[in-house]
Amino acid sequence: MAALAEAQPAKPSLADSIDPSTTESLKYKAERAAIDRSLRGPVLCFIGGAIFWLLLGSLFALIASIKMNVPGFLGDSAFLTFGRVRPAHLNAVGYGWGAQIAMAVGLWLMARLCRIEVRHGGLLYMAFGLFNAGVMIGILAILGGQGTSVEWLEFPTYAALVVFAGFALVAIWAVIMFRFRQPGHVYVSQWYILAAFFWFPWLYATANMVIFILPVQAAVQGPVNWWYGHNALGLFFTPIALATAYYMIPKVIGRPVHSYYLSILGFWSLAFFYSWNGMHHLIGGPFPAWLISASVVASIMMVVPVITTGINHHFTMVGHFNALRWSPTLRFTVFGAMCYTLSSLQGSSMAIRSVNQVTHFTHYTIGHAHLGLYGFFTMIMFGAIYYIVPRLVEWEWPSASLIRWHFWLSAIGVSAMFIVLSIGGLFQGFALEDPKISFLTSTNYANAFLWMRSISGIALTAAHIIFASSFALILLHAGVVRRRPTLLDRPA
Amino acid sequence: MNRMPLLLTGIFLTFFSAWLGLVAMPYIHLGRFKPQVDDVTREETPPPFSGEALQGATIYAANGCIYCHSQQVRPLEAGADLERGWGARRTVARDYMRDKVAYFGTSRTGPDLSNIGARQPSAEWHYQHLYQPQVVSKGSIMPAFKFLFEKRRISGQPSADAIKMQPPDEAEPGWEIVPTREGKQLVAYLLSLKRSTYPLPEAPEETPAK
Ligand code: HEC
Repeated sequence: MAALAEAQPAKPSLADSIDPSTTESLKYKAERAAIDRSLRGPVLCFIGGAIFWLLLGSLFALIASIKMNVPGFLGDSAFLTFGRVRPAHLNAVGYGWGAQIAMAVGLWLMARLCRIEVRHGGLLYMAFGLFNAGVMIGILAILGGQGTSVEWLEFPTYAALVVFAGFALVAIWAVIMFRFRQPGHVYVSQWYILAAFFWFPWLYATANMVIFILPVQAAVQGPVNWWYGHNALGLFFTPIALATAYYMIPKVIGRPVHSYYLSILGFWSLAFFYSWNGMHHLIGGPFPAWLISASVVASIMMVVPVITTGINHHFTMVGHFNALRWSPTLRFTVFGAMCYTLSSLQGSSMAIRSVNQVTHFTHYTIGHAHLGLYGFFTMIMFGAIYYIVPRLVEWEWPSASLIRWHFWLSAIGVSAMFIVLSIGGLFQGFALEDPKISFLTSTNYANAFLWMRSISGIALTAAHIIFASSFALILLHAGVVRRRPTLLDRPA
Repeated sequence: MNRMPLLLTGIFLTFFSAWLGLVAMPYIHLGRFKPQVDDVTREETPPPFSGEALQGATIYAANGCIYCHSQQVRPLEAGADLERGWGARRTVARDYMRDKVAYFGTSRTGPDLSNIGARQPSAEWHYQHLYQPQVVSKGSIMPAFKFLFEKRRISGQPSADAIKMQPPDEAEPGWEIVPTREGKQLVAYLLSLKRSTYPLPEAPEETPAK
């Protein structure tokens, strides 16, 4: 960070009074270095683990995607049948990558913002071990035919318990850090991280309890499944990514967040409306109308936090858009923030019954999921990694062109995937809604586009391989000694 | 923000209210249905699953049929499900009271299976379709589930449960193809799926206008 601030000399601004860690004094510099040192091992482990699952998850995705085009591809083995590889993909990228990188970034931000060193980091290694063992057991169970086929909760209970234990340890550590924070203002990122680490264990425990452990009739499972499925996104991935954006944007451009009041409004409206989302996944389904309507309303009301946060980020950026040319972190983060606005507004529109009727059971929904989890969440996490890792390993990224390739392959790959899935999904949906059109015609309409989905998936996989190589190189301290951060272009 | 108790209480309360509304309320309202009992015949609807069919549900889960097939029929005003002949009425919560886990599904890459047992009552058809979907249903992209079958040499009499497959997958002379135990359980489950073929007081049959 010191180095980035050198590139962008910041005069003491409002940010310094809001976020103590922006102040560039030697004392703080030493303090930050000590915090980074205390976190280096665990956070690097989590990032490494997350990248491992990202690669494996991409491989599963490619296999599943090609199977939609060529049903016989790898068709004879039970392990690799479509109905197992697809949930293996979802869980590898959802938990192995998504939840794990959220923990890594959440922990690091929390320590930096609370300005304390992590004590007993050994327990975090244990959390790392538990979490990854749990994901590994879960994925093997799915491939071995023990998956539950309850979407987002495919891990059998024995794997889910191990995952939960690992996660709970991290969450407890984050809360403890917060309790021991240095006195001073509590920054908006901290609210989001605190909330996310509190909400997610509750969500995960409730969903697993009600669906798999308590003896209750199956109709209850639908609502609980989608309350979980949607809120894992809304109350965990989203707040962590927003916390990151709220930290990185002001940090890189050296300027405070546009409006404190918009931050407050954005946070509370998200907490209030997002938590009531989920039942709109059940529109038309065998459930009471009041239940579904509650989520339809909440989902449409999500426009409030989304627009609020979008405006706040936009006006923070105004006048600094040229920084997108040189800062890797900013480029990924701003791309992610734009996808947040887009995917959330799209999500609200998909909760409208007449839209949902067409899109509900189609690939349109899958396009939406990738815009949210990849375009928004994952891109912001990439940005954060480009910022955090040099500070942990005390080495700069060896190659700017690797970063450039990563960005463009990811950005173009996910945009293309979103576009073809959306168009294909609409064709499929309108065909499904017209009973005069044969069923298989609807499948074929979608399939014309699923070929292009596979190609965009290859671009994303290539991006991930490049990214993983970059990560390996920086760990090895490869390349020349750089005194300044690796930039994509010379700052104007 | 520096008022920590306010922040913490808010984080708790927003979530708790939704938890009450979207978890606890459904738990109370949807978790305790009783079957409809016919006054004369004492028959129960929905009927219980056989043990074999319940086993079959776990095979359905293990192989991820749910990623292409739904099991829910939307009412007339909410989709073309009834017009496609996927049920005699919409499905309602009580239709799922016998399931251990219900596979409502979110994808229709394949057709809805709520009532597949009524629409396609032949076990033979299901076996052939699972073994060679592209042959039985031209242009299908459903994967073949050959691993739910065993190809073995005929010793003495051919087995009674051997299935005759179509070219190009038919058994060579002297060989036969029989479903495994899992295969039989899965088909027993499929044949028992008749979720909305009978009326319930809360869900009368609906006829789509032609
Ligand atoms: C990749 C998607 C996919 C998967 C996975 C899949 N199916 Fe299918 N299924 C289809 C498609 C497409 C059709 C329609 C064409 C056909 O009949 O094969 C279909 C049709 C069917 C039908 C006939 C429906 C009718 O109305 O005639 C049944 C029964 C069926 N599938 C059962 C299963 C079972 C059981 C599984 C899991 C073991 C499964 N499917 C997995 C795509 C899939």
